[in-house]
Amino acid sequence: MFKFTVRRLLQMIPVIIGATFLIYWMVFSLPGDPTAGKCGDRPCPDAYVAQFEEEYNLNDPLLVQYGKYMAGVVQGDFGESYYGVPVSEELSERFVVTAKLGLMALGIEAVIGILAGVLAALKKGGFIDNVVLVSTLAVIALPLFVTASVLQLYLGIRWELFPVTVGSDTSFYALLLPAFVLASVSLAYLARLMRTNLSENLGSDYVRTARAKGLPQSRVVGVHTLRNSLIPVVTFLGYDLGALMGGTIVIEGIFNIPGVGNYIYRAINDRDGVVVVGAVTALILVYLFANLVVDLLYGLLDPRISHD
Amino acid sequence: MTDDLKAFEVVDERKGSSRSEGVRSLRADAWHDLRRNPLFWISAALIVLFVVMAIAPGLFTNTSPRETVLSEARTPPSSENWFGRDVQGYDLYARCIYGARASILVGVFAAAGTAIIGTIFGLLAGYASGATDAVVGRVAEIFFALPLILGAVVILTALPPSDEYFVIVFKVVLVFWILGWPTIFRLMRSSVMQVRPNDYVQAARALGGSPWRIVTSHILPNAIAPVIVVSTINLGVYISAEATLSFLGIGLQPPTISWGVMISDALVAMRSAPHVLLFPAAFLSLAVLAFIMLGDAVRDAFDPKSR
Repeated sequence: MFKFTVRRLLQMIPVIIGATFLIYWMVFSLPGDPTAGKCGDRPCPDAYVAQFEEEYNLNDPLLVQYGKYMAGVVQGDFGESYYGVPVSEELSERFVVTAKLGLMALGIEAVIGILAGVLAALKKGGFIDNVVLVSTLAVIALPLFVTASVLQLYLGIRWELFPVTVGSDTSFYALLLPAFVLASVSLAYLARLMRTNLSENLGSDYVRTARAKGLPQSRVVGVHTLRNSLIPVVTFLGYDLGALMGGTIVIEGIFNIPGVGNYIYRAINDRDGVVVVGAVTALILVYLFANLVVDLLYGLLDPRISHD
Repeated sequence: MTDDLKAFEVVDERKGSSRSEGVRSLRADAWHDLRRNPLFWISAALIVLFVVMAIAPGLFTNTSPRETVLSEARTPPSSENWFGRDVQGYDLYARCIYGARASILVGVFAAAGTAIIGTIFGLLAGYASGATDAVVGRVAEIFFALPLILGAVVILTALPPSDEYFVIVFKVVLVFWILGWPTIFRLMRSSVMQVRPNDYVQAARALGGSPWRIVTSHILPNAIAPVIVVSTINLGVYISAEATLSFLGIGLQPPTISWGVMISDALVAMRSAPHVLLFPAAFLSLAVLAFIMLGDAVRDAFDPKSR
């Protein structure tokens, strides 16, 4: 297990360097003006452009630029927003809210997704199976921002069951509807994944053996099959965190939740490139570390992996 | 002599017929299954409809999607304007029809491009293995670390804005290529590695087949099925992602007509004129649904485990 952990950690380093370099390179070296939109509709004055280039070392060779940028990131410096506020300052305030929203969504996704998948797989072709299949397809086909807006209109404005927007009150109740919408698409994928896995495993030899021993259904499914079917689900949850983060940009924008997603949403509208790059880089770093944790967890769930 | 030949023919015919009923090839078997699946026919019909809509919108409507009647803005559906008019007074039916082009273009090009790039690198890494595999694998891992929407947000805010229709569409497609190929690459690589140890590949190599011939005529046809399935599903996913990016204001932008742009315009007026949201959202969802259902149907037909 120790060797596995160390190897996984070492593999992580080139990925982090590569991914951040890729972002940096695409944003600052591709055709396009990094100061575009900073001075309204007019092009920026030369003095401002010179100052901007100086501040972000745009006159250095690419690798030196990137090195200086990463040296900043390691020290928690993600640049400054259009208004002169350090991105890291905003991020540290907003991150708590996004983490809360994300964890709630992840919880909803895991519980409902797994439950729906299990119920569907237990009676393949039955009523619940068909309901799960049809409803998950419908959820996947609708873009997140449509689901969010429609639910906001009906549950928030018309029927007044939930607060319309969240604002400064980030209580559990206020975040419930946004978290549910955020989880919806991933939940649908998860339910389908769980259904396929479980129904495949239910046909395997060890299940037949367990049945032949006379074990009750609850033990065959609950202990033998469920645990094996959960392994791919854990991987999916880690990978899916990236989709959830993308979703927070939309959801926090629509429900006005003061998190990182909202910050990116506004920065896109203000065309504030530095904020977008800084905040997205921070999110991707979190995403990569979360996946590292998932991989290590995976080693615990499935002993075969850590012993090769 | 002639009788003998006839007898041969008869035997051959029998052989042919017994083959088609008894031992079918995987592909014939899959087609046999597909033909019986109503979901396949429904989704195929929907896709044909949307593709025709994208190629020749004039077949469906004579109204111009850019002709606005401001005084009739937000009017609900009527016999004259089947879907009503939107916030700007455009005819919604015409715009839904013309909007198909951008969405279908993005979806088809994004899915086809990622499939091609991913397949090429997957074949390379899976067949060559060793150092090539390690290098390509590491590079793919880096691209794989960027989630679709997050990565797209960064790249699209960096690219300069443009007014050309095809440039606007191409930018979004390009982003999906950059971020989408590693998924297909991983799939193709593992699929190639499953096919490579098979006897017929060894036999082809023993007979002196060149690597090019082995890859193109033995490995590729036998390893491509999962890529086709996932690419079909991804086509729908990309159409939906395009709509999300358009909603954020960095995907397609007006004057481009697309379902995503229409939906994000409609959100402003949702409370007073819900039909403005309903129709483009329905078109978009049906298109996404059609591709996902088609992919599912093909997967079920090809996957022996699900039977």
